[in-house]
Amino acid sequence: MADKVWDSHVVHRAEGEPDLLYIDLHLIHEVTTPQAFDGLRLAGRGVRRPDLTLATMDHNTPTVGLDLPLEDPISARQIEVLAANCAEFGITLYPMGHANQGIVHVIGPEQGLTQPGMTIVCGDSHTSTHGAFGALAFGIGTSEVEHVLATQTLPQRRPLNMAVTVEGELRAGVTAKDLILAVIGRIGTGGGMGHVIEYRGSAIRGLSMEGRMTVCNMSIEAGARAGMVAPDETTFAWLQGRPHAPRGDDWDRAVEYWRTLATDEGATFDKEVVIDAAALSPHVSWGTNPGQVVPIDGAVPSPDSFADVAEAEAARRALAYMGLEAGTPMRAVPVDAVFIGSCTNSRIEDLRAAAVVVDGRHVPVGLRAMVVPGSMKVKADAEAEGLDRVFMAAGFEWRAAGCSMCLGMNPDKLSPGERCASTSNRNFEGRQGRGGRTHLVSPAVAAATAIAGHFATPEEL
Amino acid sequence: MEPVRVISGTAVPLRRSDVDTDQIIPSDWLKRVERTGFGVGLFSEWRADPDFVLNQPRYAGASVLVAGTNFGTGSSREHAVWALLDYGFQAVVSPRFGDIFRTNCTKAGLLPVEVDAAAGEALLAAVEADPAVVVTIDVATRTLLAAAAGVSTTFPLDDFTQMRFLEGLDDVGLTLRNADAIAAYEARRPAWLPTTTAS
Repeated sequence: MADKVWDSHVVHRAEGEPDLLYIDLHLIHEVTTPQAFDGLRLAGRGVRRPDLTLATMDHNTPTVGLDLPLEDPISARQIEVLAANCAEFGITLYPMGHANQGIVHVIGPEQGLTQPGMTIVCGDSHTSTHGAFGALAFGIGTSEVEHVLATQTLPQRRPLNMAVTVEGELRAGVTAKDLILAVIGRIGTGGGMGHVIEYRGSAIRGLSMEGRMTVCNMSIEAGARAGMVAPDETTFAWLQGRPHAPRGDDWDRAVEYWRTLATDEGATFDKEVVIDAAALSPHVSWGTNPGQVVPIDGAVPSPDSFADVAEAEAARRALAYMGLEAGTPMRAVPVDAVFIGSCTNSRIEDLRAAAVVVDGRHVPVGLRAMVVPGSMKVKADAEAEGLDRVFMAAGFEWRAAGCSMCLGMNPDKLSPGERCASTSNRNFEGRQGRGGRTHLVSPAVAAATAIAGHFATPEEL
Repeated sequence: MEPVRVISGTAVPLRRSDVDTDQIIPSDWLKRVERTGFGVGLFSEWRADPDFVLNQPRYAGASVLVAGTNFGTGSSREHAVWALLDYGFQAVVSPRFGDIFRTNCTKAGLLPVEVDAAAGEALLAAVEADPAVVVTIDVATRTLLAAAAGVSTTFPLDDFTQMRFLEGLDDVGLTLRNADAIAAYEARRPAWLPTTTAS
């Protein structure tokens, strides 16, 4: 499938050179673009296809007090620079407070801009999210952002193909997030390097689009350039009627093409991992990279249990940073904060999964719990269903859309030493704020943990 | 970018695996709209520890960073590369790099030198034992030589990227030689593909 999308986007191919690929959609945000626009101006170049470029503000933006000036003048400047650049080059921008604003990887699909068979890039590693639709989508750096702005193409080396096949049925309470955490735990943070991962098998086909996005989103945490799922009826039903989806005869033509994208029977992969869905359970991370995970019924591992010297050393450092003792059952670890949000788990289905757990319950005194919808549309949809009232009655803060506490670039941060159950994607040192301790979990586990005050699954409540 | 042909200098040993780009340049630094001045932020959280290797005077002035495997994982932030360059590094040696980080290196002019695990370990151990060990990296021959450490090895670098390093070529300029092919491709794209302007 990745090869089909690749081959249909080659603009120029020559011996000894990388393929020049056409880019169908370029998503941009405030953090990784200012220097790219400066580069354009220095070289006297314009934006080739502003109509294939979409901008939003998400990383720096506060999730409360949207009508107030930003507290941090450096963040405020970055926001202003994006607005000025979009105005100068004629790029559509969903600014803070706009009804379509949100996390870049939530709004692309939501607006119907993310479609099967497309090439999609963004100066953000979680661009892999869009692969859930059978698009070839990957993160790029600022030099490449400038390159796409100027030419709408990128020189790229063809990646290898890896299959992650998940057969069988997930047990009740086991989610897409648990599935991908288990995959990363199995293959490691470098296991997918140089590869595009195609997720296949009955358990993947059984996932909703939201679930597939969660899985593809974290492909980068396994080191993969991109993740993909073959488009099917679930994909088409989700897309139909969205603002930028094809209509009428165009819809029929598009679907006919999209049906040809699935990997051919008998195609071979450079690497394959097979996982039994029925054997999976809810997972939680214990360390400082997303490969350091255990089932929630497990315990903090001992560094001595790792055969590899570097892994053992990494585990020792991680336990010291995380303030954890080897052998402690994960369910016995108390948390100070719970964050439900991020491009991994902030869509309506994620919020529903959390709301049903906290409905009629309350977080303990002293625990900080926050829900941050992925987009203003998710926020509006959730409010129409009354989810905001469920969360607030349970003691959660209900915020406006943005990256929020996923990455410590805006006012939503952990304090040093604070321990957080988070539905985000990275448990790196300091990721959620200097000295903060992040544990990656699913929305259902985050919600149950918020109520219990320690790592928990909904059945335990 | 400026041409990069031969890098020769001392090295800093960073004996850690899975060094993510959040550690190389913490997110607070990403709010800046400039491309320069990131060296101060390089590994800024780890540098708060006075014993951290970059704080040891014996490693001052090094131009090569030798790290454990899976260097530069995580975020796509090119600021990580800018920070390493701004600090004074010209090359990073590791058994394996994060894909996006590696690409960012080749765009900004920092040489990613991928060596096998044994050579990486030998180099780390040698530089830890003797900060004066000189490492010489030759782009034209794709070789890394550290005679005092007994390390002599080759590293992968495709012909196109090698040529760009040697000649310091502007990537956008190279692509624009194919402007006609881009226009021809655009003319045959299906009409139903989405645009961001109309819905």
